[in-house]
Amino acid sequence: MNNITYFKDQFEQLQEANPKGTIADLRQNGFDAFTKDGVPTYRNEDWKYTNVSSLFDKEYQIAENSAITLTDVNAVRLPGYKQANELVFVNGHFIADLSTIRSSTTDLIVLPLEEAAKGEYKEIVATHLNQSSNYLNDGIHALNTSFINGAVFVHVLKGKEPEHPVYCYHILDARQHPALAQPRSLVLADENSRLQITESYTTLGASDSFNNQVMEVVVKENAYVEYYKIQNDTANASQVSSTHIRQIGRSYVHTVTVTLNGGIVRNNMNLVLDAAGNETHLYGLYLLKGKSHADNHTLIDNLKPNCFSNQLYKGIADDTSTAVFNGRIMVQPDAQKTNAYQSNKNILLSENATINTKPQLEIFADDVKCSHGCTIGQLDEEAMFYLRARGIPKESAEVLLLQAFAADIVDQIKPELLRSYVSKLIYEHLAIQ
Amino acid sequence: MLSVKNIHANIDGREILKGINLDIKPGEVHAIMGPNGSGKSTLASVLAGREEYEVTEGAVSFLGKDLLELSTEDRAREGLFLAFQYPVEIPGVSTTNFIKAAVNEKRKYLGQEPLDAVAFLKMMKEKMALVEIDQRLLSRSINEGFSGGEKKRNEVFQMAMLEPKLAIMDETDSGLDIDALRIVANGINKLRSPDRAILLITHYQRLLDYIQPDYVHVLYNGRIVKSGTKELALELEEKGYDFITDEVDLAANQ
Repeated sequence: MNNITYFKDQFEQLQEANPKGTIADLRQNGFDAFTKDGVPTYRNEDWKYTNVSSLFDKEYQIAENSAITLTDVNAVRLPGYKQANELVFVNGHFIADLSTIRSSTTDLIVLPLEEAAKGEYKEIVATHLNQSSNYLNDGIHALNTSFINGAVFVHVLKGKEPEHPVYCYHILDARQHPALAQPRSLVLADENSRLQITESYTTLGASDSFNNQVMEVVVKENAYVEYYKIQNDTANASQVSSTHIRQIGRSYVHTVTVTLNGGIVRNNMNLVLDAAGNETHLYGLYLLKGKSHADNHTLIDNLKPNCFSNQLYKGIADDTSTAVFNGRIMVQPDAQKTNAYQSNKNILLSENATINTKPQLEIFADDVKCSHGCTIGQLDEEAMFYLRARGIPKESAEVLLLQAFAADIVDQIKPELLRSYVSKLIYEHLAIQ
Repeated sequence: MLSVKNIHANIDGREILKGINLDIKPGEVHAIMGPNGSGKSTLASVLAGREEYEVTEGAVSFLGKDLLELSTEDRAREGLFLAFQYPVEIPGVSTTNFIKAAVNEKRKYLGQEPLDAVAFLKMMKEKMALVEIDQRLLSRSINEGFSGGEKKRNEVFQMAMLEPKLAIMDETDSGLDIDALRIVANGINKLRSPDRAILLITHYQRLLDYIQPDYVHVLYNGRIVKSGTKELALELEEKGYDFITDEVDLAANQ
């Protein structure tokens, strides 16, 4: 694997060019761990169904500078952007010049992470950055940590409810050569604050791209967070997208992950419920065609009593696509009176598609309510016949039924503009045969 | 309009229809009656194009076309309508959007422009009044949580919207109380017209008290064993199916 030598070289250059300190130390730890663990293989239980090693066969370039212009950004903007804080990441690096922060600094702070780590927010960064490595302890996560550079710090201040949501556009420039991006962000929703974040991904060009992303979100007492991930990139775009959310005060978190197009897509959605009385809702939708591979790993770690969580992931697999769902719920000894629910529903549309679904409950407390269920089925033939008997052609009838299947996840996207945008994406995605 | 000649049909290798002959002209109302298991619903399914049934022999022509060559959706667009015995609940698909799609698919097939929102709403209002269906039902998902009567009324409403040439009503009276039956039957009566034929499939005579058929056929063991006028239905009501089926069985054993 030539890449390892390349990574080592790049890593050393990065360390030399930057001052010592919290972030440099983390990078060093990350690179040591990556050198030791390497890229996970199917022998690692967490990566049993998703082969990421093939993503490392390519000659990536970690390019900081890219000829991305505002015109490129215009092409990837999401509906409602005029009212949003737009954070642009190019090849994994936060580019302030292309970003637009509309909220006032009395509500929302957006800073390069390196800067935040030195000044007023030093303590916050030192306390919260890389807490995710306690859960995501594999080479992929370590590789992201080794290259923390051009990262971003987002902080909603105490008691603030910025009216402008945060949109993160990830642009990968694969026009000249395969692109590797490793965006990193640390987000803090302070006490009594409110935050809405949406992430989307776009690869430019015909070469392969690999986005190895880590976002850490810290949610404090009485904060409210909505998080949306919209994955509709090209078939040559792969990613490992880790979202690690810690609810360290009694708070509310609502997430929706929608995966339409892509190459190999792995999502880690981790929720650490580290305060009594937390409430968490996780929703996911994957509509896979072609050779797409989407693997959703969710983890809910209940550390404290009286937390409520609900998960609903739904998906379809057509053509030769593969869908994986692994939902892990841990209930630690102190987490009495936990309520944790999980459901995964699938439709298999082709004989050559694959769906692997696995609930994983680990309960160490004795007074809890947990449930899980998963189904894999086909389109309802009676419903198909009913629609066709009214003159609706088979293909359109299928699209109608699949849209209906997706609707209860789409309905969980609370902002109306985003919801109708995703609805339209889904319709277009399903209607193209 | 519809000409069924010697149709034989199987499901899972078992022969259900054993040579059906039936001719229906525009404006006529035919009733097919028969005991359970005689093949009534199979006949409806075969005509509508349900793929589980295999037609092994015979021919069906509908408005001059070979019906059996057409897909389910094309049969509908040619003007054949099946009112389901058990209308399917489809959560997540709005009834209004579904009917709009169906109406416009048919128009497209016939080379007509799609109805715009205003024209469609106007048509909806007219037909809703005609079959006495509540707007609230139509804003819900297809048949979801509808009562038995509401589902059947929705079938008749769809028939009104799609304006078929031939409507096959498969046990539209089953599961209805007397009030619901009257409303549904009134709806169907209002949809009778000189260029529209109706095929009523029913087990009981009571539907025919409300919708007077021109012809009554008795289906038994996969064949039409007796045809007559509406008086035949009354006779059946009085004597039961036995008076015909015994006769048929006796003849078969001789």
